[in-house]
Amino acid sequence: MGLSQINAPIYEALRKFRRMRVVPFDVPGHKRGRGNMELTEFLGEDCMSVDVNSMKPLDNLCHPVSVIKDAEYLASEAFGAENVFFMVGGTTSAVQSMIMYACKSGDKIIMPRNVHRSAINALILCDAVPVYVNPEVNKQLGIALGMSVEQVKKAIEENPDAKAILVNNPTYYGICSDLRKITEIAHAHNMLVLVDEAHGTHFYFGENFPVTAMSAGADMASVSMHKSGGSLTQSSFLLMGKRINSDYMRQIINLTQTTSASYLLLSSLDISRKRLALSGREIFAETVEMAEYARSEINSIGGYYAYSKELINGDSIYDFDVSKLSVYTLPIGLAGIEVYDLLRDEYDIQIEFGDIGNILAYISVGDRKRDIERLISAMSEIKRRFGKSGAGMLTQEYITPIVAETPRKAFYSDKMSLPLEKSAGHVCSEFVMCYPPGIPILAPGELITEEIIEYIRYAKDKGCSMTGTEDINIEYLNVII
Amino acid sequence: MELWFTEKHTPEVKFSIKVDRQLYSGRSEFQRIDIFDSKEFGRFLTLDGYMMLTEKDEFIYHEMITHVPMAVHPNPKNILVIGAGDGGVIRELTNYNSVENIDLVEIDELVVEVSKKYLPVTACRFDDKRLNIFYEDGVKFIRRCENKYDVIIVDSTDPFGVGEGLFTKEFYGSCYNALHDDGIMVNQHESPFYDEDAIAMQRTHKRITSSFPISKVYQAHIPTYPSGHWLFGFASKKYHPIHDLNPSAWNLLGIKTRYYNTRLHAGAFALPNYVEELLKDVE
Repeated sequence: MGLSQINAPIYEALRKFRRMRVVPFDVPGHKRGRGNMELTEFLGEDCMSVDVNSMKPLDNLCHPVSVIKDAEYLASEAFGAENVFFMVGGTTSAVQSMIMYACKSGDKIIMPRNVHRSAINALILCDAVPVYVNPEVNKQLGIALGMSVEQVKKAIEENPDAKAILVNNPTYYGICSDLRKITEIAHAHNMLVLVDEAHGTHFYFGENFPVTAMSAGADMASVSMHKSGGSLTQSSFLLMGKRINSDYMRQIINLTQTTSASYLLLSSLDISRKRLALSGREIFAETVEMAEYARSEINSIGGYYAYSKELINGDSIYDFDVSKLSVYTLPIGLAGIEVYDLLRDEYDIQIEFGDIGNILAYISVGDRKRDIERLISAMSEIKRRFGKSGAGMLTQEYITPIVAETPRKAFYSDKMSLPLEKSAGHVCSEFVMCYPPGIPILAPGELITEEIIEYIRYAKDKGCSMTGTEDINIEYLNVII
Repeated sequence: MELWFTEKHTPEVKFSIKVDRQLYSGRSEFQRIDIFDSKEFGRFLTLDGYMMLTEKDEFIYHEMITHVPMAVHPNPKNILVIGAGDGGVIRELTNYNSVENIDLVEIDELVVEVSKKYLPVTACRFDDKRLNIFYEDGVKFIRRCENKYDVIIVDSTDPFGVGEGLFTKEFYGSCYNALHDDGIMVNQHESPFYDEDAIAMQRTHKRITSSFPISKVYQAHIPTYPSGHWLFGFASKKYHPIHDLNPSAWNLLGIKTRYYNTRLHAGAFALPNYVEELLKDVE
């Protein structure tokens, strides 16, 4: 059968399967929803009728031989990758699989410290040793930037035995590193290039976006299809280049992946890939137009700074994703997290996140112009009603971590719980982070300092939603004895 | 042959008018627009299948949304109307000689065009020299205005679909900011009767109350809207809708109306107990 991008093999197989009206004496036990009517009324019969288990006509994600294999082939064609795997454990599972593929116990991996927790979690699982490259920071905005080529070069030369380098591209804020150059240097030193491309799905389908991991020659990339691609939450793609042995990668993935992958997630990936392959160009042109419009309107309110390509500096901000609407809020006297809370509590508008100095409103395929107008008006109103002098606002800072132990050793060490204010000088055995964005302030194995304690307290004060610690209130930290 | 227009007032309640013939059906960037002729209600306009106005009862709505604020404000010169592409509010406003400028902001140009062609009863004063029409989103337009208008009339559709933004707190806040210190905003305030409508009505009231120091609600009977019992919001920075009404001044203007009069003006603010309770719950 000739396959092309107009096909969606998993979706087509599910539709066919539904028409066959097969009598289910297998799991799931809700049996097309009949056994759980309240859930079926809530989610809809159509949805429940395709919540089915792996079986011959529908293939099996752990060992694809038919429709999933075909869908993976179409995805690899669409993304320009050698191979693609469908992931049902979020991009988290994709990032972890990349690291577990590249590193065995004791292997070094170079990565920026402002990675998502999933990357550091992978180090706990496989006992790889992180070599952190401290990201450059934009002092005004207080945001961590991309990796500078010089710093990467230095880290590689100092650690020639490292197995891989992980690049976070683009960052949550839309900032890109010089991926081509980094890949070139890493490959020259026989290191694999892993890209956390969670926020970059649209780069593969739109026009004039920053370079994609696959076209930059990177070896693997984790792509959150559910972010800008329109698939269901928790569904994701793992892209692989020529150097990767995809059969070994499947074994790695199967170490931690469920054996009953959800067909809702799989079909959503399949359908979304088809949609982007066929009309991604128009979809993302529209997204960018909305983001650019919102940016110019927000900048004309005054006080706020919605930034864009003018930040580009040729290195740590090599490129910028203009579909991102990141706004610096401190000049109106409000922390990003305060604007985030006001938007939700006063105006029923939920944005992606607010940190100390910025907010991020996620603009995507599903947005409508009139909702963009609401967001802009609400921000204008927040300035009018709640704005004050911007003096005395703490700028977010990237605090360079002091790594005392590997994440795995720290995580599994004997530990005790100490009140936050008495924890300085100890080595933390757990994560502390604001979620979103989920980038750790402290990771297991890092030294707790007064500066970090003050930062945690300020973030808590301003209403950041903090996670990671065993103590749900973040009053106590677990430290290594 | 029987041809009926039907609108669901709730999932369980239908309202139907026998249609004589359909005169127009079209789709703009924003919505579907239809014009019908009927024996009972005359010509009527629907947007996305929802009744907007009929020739028979539109005067009630347009008089009540316009004359209440205009009679309270002692000297309304600069007026902003949002929505109202059918021209009904404009028709009422142009009766006031004191008015110097009317800005009409309608998102959908096609509504105005269709109204001009098929609804001469309401779209009869679009050539008034004091009128400026802006075809854009009201939420966007108002954001740029500050201390500019005496009266703002929000003649919106429903709080879902195209008109959604005109029921938001950010919009009411922008209206507050766009009014002079003695400005008045009046809005279409939905109905208190059916549950879903009542919730929207309460939410609207809550948002206006948090934006304006004076926020009152008044009612009218509009037969073709769900339940027929309809509310309007009166929000103001300074003037009280009854205490600051000067009946003789308004009566001297000699404006001819069929529904509105200054006695009814005061009475319209006297609400049924259940409506008062709904409002109090969110104040």
